[in-house]
Amino acid sequence: MIEYINRGNKETRSGFGKALLELGENNTDVVALCADLTDSVKMYAFASSFPERFFQAGIAESNMIGVAAGLATCGKIPFAGTFANFASGRVYDQLRQSVAYSQKNVKICASHAGITLGEDGATHQIMEDIGLIKMLPGFTVINPCDFTQTYLATLAIANHYGPVYLRFGRPKVPDFTSANTPFEIGKAIKLVDGNDVSIFATGHLVWKAIEATKILSEKNINAEVINIHTIKPIDKQSVIESVYKTGAAVSAEEHLKNGGLGDSIAQILAEFIPSPLEYVAVDDKFGESGKPDELLAKFHLDSIDIVEAAIKAISRK
Amino acid sequence: MQIMSKSIEELQRIACVVRRDVLRMIHGAASGHPGGSLGCTDFLVTLYFNIMKHNPDSFRMNGKGEDMFFLSNGHIAPAWYSVLARSGYFPISELSSLRKINSRLQGHPSIAEGLPGIRMASGSLGQGLSCAIGAAIAKKLDNDNNFVYCLTGDGELQEGQIWEAAMFAAAHKVDNIIAVVDYNGKQIDGNVEDVISLGDLQLKWVSFGWKVLKMDGNNIQNIIDTMAHAKSLSGKSMPIIIIMKTIMGKGVDFMENSHKWHGVPPDDAQLERALAQLAEGQNEDY
Repeated sequence: MIEYINRGNKETRSGFGKALLELGENNTDVVALCADLTDSVKMYAFASSFPERFFQAGIAESNMIGVAAGLATCGKIPFAGTFANFASGRVYDQLRQSVAYSQKNVKICASHAGITLGEDGATHQIMEDIGLIKMLPGFTVINPCDFTQTYLATLAIANHYGPVYLRFGRPKVPDFTSANTPFEIGKAIKLVDGNDVSIFATGHLVWKAIEATKILSEKNINAEVINIHTIKPIDKQSVIESVYKTGAAVSAEEHLKNGGLGDSIAQILAEFIPSPLEYVAVDDKFGESGKPDELLAKFHLDSIDIVEAAIKAISRK
Repeated sequence: MQIMSKSIEELQRIACVVRRDVLRMIHGAASGHPGGSLGCTDFLVTLYFNIMKHNPDSFRMNGKGEDMFFLSNGHIAPAWYSVLARSGYFPISELSSLRKINSRLQGHPSIAEGLPGIRMASGSLGQGLSCAIGAAIAKKLDNDNNFVYCLTGDGELQEGQIWEAAMFAAAHKVDNIIAVVDYNGKQIDGNVEDVISLGDLQLKWVSFGWKVLKMDGNNIQNIIDTMAHAKSLSGKSMPIIIIMKTIMGKGVDFMENSHKWHGVPPDDAQLERALAQLAEGQNEDY
């Protein structure tokens, strides 16, 4: 089994910020907008290095999305950043009409996604955004798992024409993926090879899935871990091939059951390879205040929950 | 790239033709929005045939090196489609496909079907001004000194995003945009004043940091003069808006000044009565 090493805890949002700065240096068409969260979303380095290409939108996200769509019309590559809550639900109609339906090359940079936003509580902890955005025709939805992958994903979406929702988070989490692993939009990455159950994980829960495999191996269960960084378009072939081999699946995400990665996996299984699927996700409820680790435990999004889901999925074969 | 620079008489003749198009298109589709379309016809005709620098023969989405127009009140699409076709963006015969299956002329403007001349979908109100501001900023970044024009409705100004855009454009000194409000005083539920009053609209825009002009949107000479004045105010670190008084349903007496014609098609007899009032454009019908 490949051993994944945590090189140190880092924020995924910082991986975004590092890449955005590099994009600014290398591509003069890259512009950025932010709605009064420049430091939190890690856009400060870009803003201070390229002030002529950075546009402070203030606390007015709807307009920010429209301005981004206008910039994209003229050939710019706008990266519009704010908290995921305000980058999805608050501006849904703008994303729908001015970006998705209008086929604009806008990059929505959604930070502080999921319950690990922590202490600010449910008003800010959006766990519906994957579902909301994947419903919009033409939108690509990406949820990288660590600092390095977020950095690579940010570089990749600049070279991809079309609207993208890039979802990342607030807390420091293990940075473990290799900078040498190519990031290809829509191509899942197998992290752990196994035969007994397939764990499809996205975002912060990818590391939790890897931890879960260690516990499972002590129970003589060989779990496969596949990192679904791109939830839309999803890598059907990787999902089918893995479940064909294992016969059981677990989805793991920091999102509601409704509309998230799990539902995308369920669609594939139902259509191509009917198999048991267990969701590790939040079941139709809002979050609450607390520390990220406490919340992951309370809302059953931890490694032990993935372990239990895997065992249950296997028992349903 | 060209400015067409038609005479007043020619513009009036084209406006008559466009009004006939609008009525026949909406009648043919048995749905659509005649009131605002007729009210804004003189402005759109003057903009495309006298004011804008644009290239109908080879439409480019990015609008580099030319003026750009964004229609925010997308429901007046019939007038815009007619003006686009009549100025050469696509075949005039295509106007008859409005709102029909497999048409590029969607009920509200769309770019998904690839209709030349359209750069942004609109219909859900309040969004177009933000988009136009984005395009204006892009022009500044590209050192492209052409203009971005945007038309909004007046009822549309009830949308909060409009005022977000208003603040943004002033704060960022977007002084290459000329926005125009179709101030006909009507919306679906009645008079704008009665639905949700806009209050002192001129004062609102002034307080948001915009240069504000007024215009008679059904007087072509006044449109030409006011738009020239607006252009002369550009480049002075302030965005520009024109409050354009129009008559909803202009050109058809029984439609004029009635909010009931916001979104209702004429029946056969009403179409006949309406076209009789616009008879001089008859020989140019599609």
